[in-house]
Order: sequence, then C-alpha cells, then structure tokens
Amino acid sequence: MSSKTLYDKLWDAHHVAKRDDGSSLIYIDRHLIHEVTSPQAFDGLRERKIEPWRVDSIIATPDHNVPTENRAKGSKGISDSTSKLQVLTLEENVKKYDLNFFSLGDERQGIVHVIGPEQGLTLPGMTVVCGDSHTSTHGAFGALAMGIGTSEVEHVLATQCLIAYKQKNMRINIEGDLLERVSAKDVTMFIIGQIGTAGGTGFNIEYAGSTIENLSMEGRMTLCNMSIEAGARSGMVAPDQTTFDYIKGKPFAPSGDQFDKALDTWISLKSDPGAVFDNEFSFSSEQILPQVTWGTSPEMVSSIDEKVPEPRDFKNKENYEDALNYMGLKPGTKLTDISLDQIFIGSCTNSRIEDLRIAAEILKGNKLAKNIKRALVVPGSGLVKKQAEEEGLHEIFINAGFSWRDAGCSMCLGMNPDQLNQEERCASTSNRNFEGRQGYKGRTHLVSPAMAAAAAIEGRFIDVREI
Amino acid sequence: MKQISNEFSGTFICLDKSNVDTDQIIPKQFLKSIKKTGFGDNLFDGWRYLDEGSIDQETSSRRVNKDFIFNNKLFTDSNILVSGENFGCGSSREHAVWALKDFGIKTVISESFADIFYNNCFKNGLLALCLKKSEISKIFENFNENSAQSIEIDLINQVLYYGDSEFKFELDDYKKKCLLEGLDEIGASLKFTDQIKSFEKNYQIKNPWLFK
Ligand code: SF4
Repeated sequence: MSSKTLYDKLWDAHHVAKRDDGSSLIYIDRHLIHEVTSPQAFDGLRERKIEPWRVDSIIATPDHNVPTENRAKGSKGISDSTSKLQVLTLEENVKKYDLNFFSLGDERQGIVHVIGPEQGLTLPGMTVVCGDSHTSTHGAFGALAMGIGTSEVEHVLATQCLIAYKQKNMRINIEGDLLERVSAKDVTMFIIGQIGTAGGTGFNIEYAGSTIENLSMEGRMTLCNMSIEAGARSGMVAPDQTTFDYIKGKPFAPSGDQFDKALDTWISLKSDPGAVFDNEFSFSSEQILPQVTWGTSPEMVSSIDEKVPEPRDFKNKENYEDALNYMGLKPGTKLTDISLDQIFIGSCTNSRIEDLRIAAEILKGNKLAKNIKRALVVPGSGLVKKQAEEEGLHEIFINAGFSWRDAGCSMCLGMNPDQLNQEERCASTSNRNFEGRQGYKGRTHLVSPAMAAAAAIEGRFIDVREI
Repeated sequence: MKQISNEFSGTFICLDKSNVDTDQIIPKQFLKSIKKTGFGDNLFDGWRYLDEGSIDQETSSRRVNKDFIFNNKLFTDSNILVSGENFGCGSSREHAVWALKDFGIKTVISESFADIFYNNCFKNGLLALCLKKSEISKIFENFNENSAQSIEIDLINQVLYYGDSEFKFELDDYKKKCLLEGLDEIGASLKFTDQIKSFEKNYQIKNPWLFK
C-alpha cells in the first residue's frame, strides 16, 4: 500500500461518496454552532421541512456577540437589541431541535474553538466543522477541522456531510528549542510572514518537527488556529502522548474501555514515512524571535528587533502604502518605538489557561503604563476563567490595572461593546489585524500574550525577553 | 459559437487591491442580521462612507466617500467586480457574498480567491472567475473612472471578452451547471441518503466513541 499523509488518512476514513463533479461527500463527526452564522441555516432547514441529521454531533454556544460584563441576566441582559435577537434566535433553534447547548449562564460557555477541546468534544481523527474560519484550531488534535460558510452549515445539518474537494498536502517542519519567551503565536506569525496569507491556499498544512512536538496542546491550538491566516482551511498536528494525556478525563471524551479502544485508532494517525507532500517548508526555531504585525494583513509582520519596512522591501506597493496610512506609521520606525493605547488578551488564538499564565507571570507586581487607556483580559471560556481565579491570576491582572471579563470573542472582532475607538492602537493577542476589525478605524498589532503583557507594562512594544 | 451569459456580463468596477478580506466586504456590525438580504448598502462600508455605520441606520443620512469607486454614479449598476489576488480572505462569513449579491454584483474576477469565499460564491449564484496576473493587469491598466466599460462572459465556453481580448478561464463543470441551472446542492446530496446511512453504520461500529 502506498504511503499516506495524515490528511490523506482522515480524508479516506470519512469519504462517503464521490460526486459527478469530482468533489466528495465527507462525513462530519462534530458540528460546532454559534449565533452569527447559523440563523439563516436553520431557516433553510425549515423551508425544506427537514430535521438535523444527527443531533448528537452538534454543540452550540453564543460567543461572538456576547457582552463580557454584567452577565447575571444571561441573554436577556444583552443591551444591543440586534445582538440580543441573534442570541435569542440561537436559543430558540437549540430548543426546537434539542441540541447540546452551553448557554450564557453556563460556566462551560465560551468561544467555540476553546470549548470544543476543553470538553473533549474535539478528538483525534474527527472531522470538525463550524461556520467560522478559525475551526482550523481543532486540527491540533489530529482532526480534520474546516471552517465553512452558512450554506455549508445548512448542508451539514441536512446531510451530516460536507461537499469538499481534496486539498493538496503541505508540511511545515520546525526543528529545535524555541528561544526563551517565544511561543506558538510567534511561530505561526513567523510562518505567515514567510509564506504569505495566500501561501497555504488549496492546501492542508501538517505541522511537524521537534519544535511542534514539544508544544503543549494550547500551543498547538494557537498554531493550527492561524492556519487560515496562511490561506489554509485546515492545519493539523499528529496526535501523540501530549494529545492523549490532554483528552483523558474530559467530560465528553471516551472513558474506560472506550478510551483504550479509541487510543488504538488514534496511535495510527500520523503521516507514513515516505508520504509525499506537494509542498514542504523547513525552518529552524532559532530564526523565530517575538513577532509584531505593523500592517493590515497578518503577513505584514516583523521581528521585534526590526523596523517598519521601506516600501521597496515589500511586494505590493499600493497595499503597503494603504496599510501604513491606515495604521498611522512611517517606514523606518522601530517597532519598539510604537506606543499603545489599549491591550487585549483574548480570542480563540490566545485565551486559554496557558496564555493567561504566561501573561500573568510577566505582569506580576507590575502596573499598566500611564499611556494605556484600557487593558482587557477575556478568558476563552467560563471554565478558563474559573481555573485562572483558582490560581489567583485574576488578582495579578486586576492589580496591574487590567479589566477581568467574562468569556467570549470580545475585542477580537468587536461585535459586542468591547471595541477600539478611532485611531486607538492596540496590542492584541487575536488573529486578524484587518482594517476596522477591533473597532471603526482602530489599529491592531498582533502579538503573543507575553508580548502583550510586556507592552502593557512599557506602554510600547518591547522585546519580552528584556523584561 | 459565442454564447454570452447576460446575467454574468456587464459593466465592471475595478478595485486594485490584493488580500481584500471579508471584514472589508461587510464589516462585523452588519453580521447581526438574521436574514440573507439587506446587506447591499453596507458593502465595503468602511471605504464607502466617511462615518461609522450601524445596522439599523438609514444610509441616506450618511457622509459618502465620493472618491470610492462604488459611489461613482457611472458604476452603481455594475455587476462585475475586478480585484487583486487572494480576494475574500479572512472570515468565513457568507454575508460577504450576500452583500455583493445584494449590491448587484454577479461576477467577481481575481487572480486568486480564498477557499471559503470561493465556495460561498457558487452557493449563492455568484461567479468567482480566475484570470492570469497578466490578464488582470491589462484590465486594471485600461480601467478609467470616467467611463464605464463592459466585460462579456461566455460561461458555456468559458471565455471572457474584454475589448479586443479574449481570455479563457477554468471552471469545473458542476459549478458551471449550478450557475446555469441553479442546482440545489442539498437536494442533490440527499440523493446519496442510502450511501450516507450505510457509511454511518459501518463507521459507528468502528468508532463507537464518536456517537452518544
Ligand atoms: S475569537 Fe475572534 S477569530 Fe475566534 S471565533 Fe471569535 S471572532 Fe472569530
């Protein structure tokens, strides 16, 4: 038998049928649902008068629109009427179809991509979909996880299958120990800087090499999360002992004999020696310094010891000029000379317990710089929040001057009241620095949690290794 | 024989930018709608207006960015958009396609598209059409904001006519059929119901822990 990649194996294991056009019906194991991309899909289902195919595969939670303060009244307490309607619509659909649901008052509520893994709803070998592009996060478990549009949400609800074309295989190898205080976030931003935001288009990315093997599950999730920023709909890491240890004991994970049986299957989930990749990149961990974006696309990124590049160094001049205009930056400015107004620690990229621990460690005994107008920490789930409070991390954040919030997407995209004001500059642990993403005319610089914490203390970017 | 599809042909707008993301196509505040229509006035909202828009606001009272091509009266009836590479990157929001469609855009032409956006287009009857860099450059270079020009598209033979030029383009047969006949994908997939069921049965025996 010919050698297969991990992606080939997952594809084959879920392949139901080939369609006339060369696309395939791929069986879906887990369907995550949130309030923004699902209402129209449920409407479609009703128009057709059909029911969801497999209710036990679905888990729903509100996350994008939800306020991160004053949550005692649950969805009824949402002040923005349009946000409220969307959350209530989700609640109605959940009730109508009797779906698994973590409501606003439930401590298990949070960002879909945080709660799936946390609850053991994401497992190796699964196919996972969600009407959200950062579904790639779940690939950290050796799952084939794909972001989909609303029509596809409806299609999966109706048929338990996704229409998909097989992607090409890409492998990104990184070897060696990461430099001190350099994290998975820096790794993914570095990769995007190297291959570009369209570098992975049409590919599934498998991350491999000793650097990746040494990452925690949280780190692997951060890495796979931003595969979409590199253009790839899915990214993955082969499951190993780190993965199995993480899963064991999670509420929805198999237990007892079932766990052992599952383990037998999971162990085989890796690319065969000699498997052929259509494209391959190799980097050394020592190349990777703390990263900061300076533009309006994640590929507009540099190492902290660099300057905002000159136009001649950048491939697309018009885009480059528009981006610098928008960001209010001049070429040649040292990244360490950029001062900030807000700090945001959160999002499906960096709101897990490990992220909060790293940020707290740096903030301990320190205060926000005077020029920082606001700093938010938004845990990825109610359970992350609870864990952090048990460890006393919230006190470190609060003492430093941060606002300690409830779980949700928050200022990653500002669909709720957490937004940047015009021309405010933010060090953000999220994943997109697009124009207006965090607030109308707001300016986003993407960084790791450690770099965001360091910037909070200094009021400007600084190499976190110097703190 | 030339078989022009009128629906996908017409005057075009150029937006010479690469990596146009779906956050720009339709900003987040408009995603709060639970419908598929009504997004057209807010297409490219951040570039089209000089003030910040909100979902329940009348656009007539807003300050318009006259320099933005989508506000140029010559182009308000355009149904083709030509833009730079990696169009539609970022968020999976199908609202981006609904907004283009609502504005009247039926064809988006680019050197390359982000995967999820590309899929979303065809599910809503929009043609996402890839041309070569040199071909796109030619369109950009000759574009003139003072006079609307047309592009004709022969979907059946997969040829685009622009001025004296003819550009062949790739498109898989099924997507073409979807556009021409308005195929119902869910209906088509449900024809596989027996196969899905038998797959599911075997799959469950092998992976019982994935079922409740
Ligand atoms: S945290 Fe941000 S990127 Fe992640 S799902 Fe929410 S809005 Fe999307």
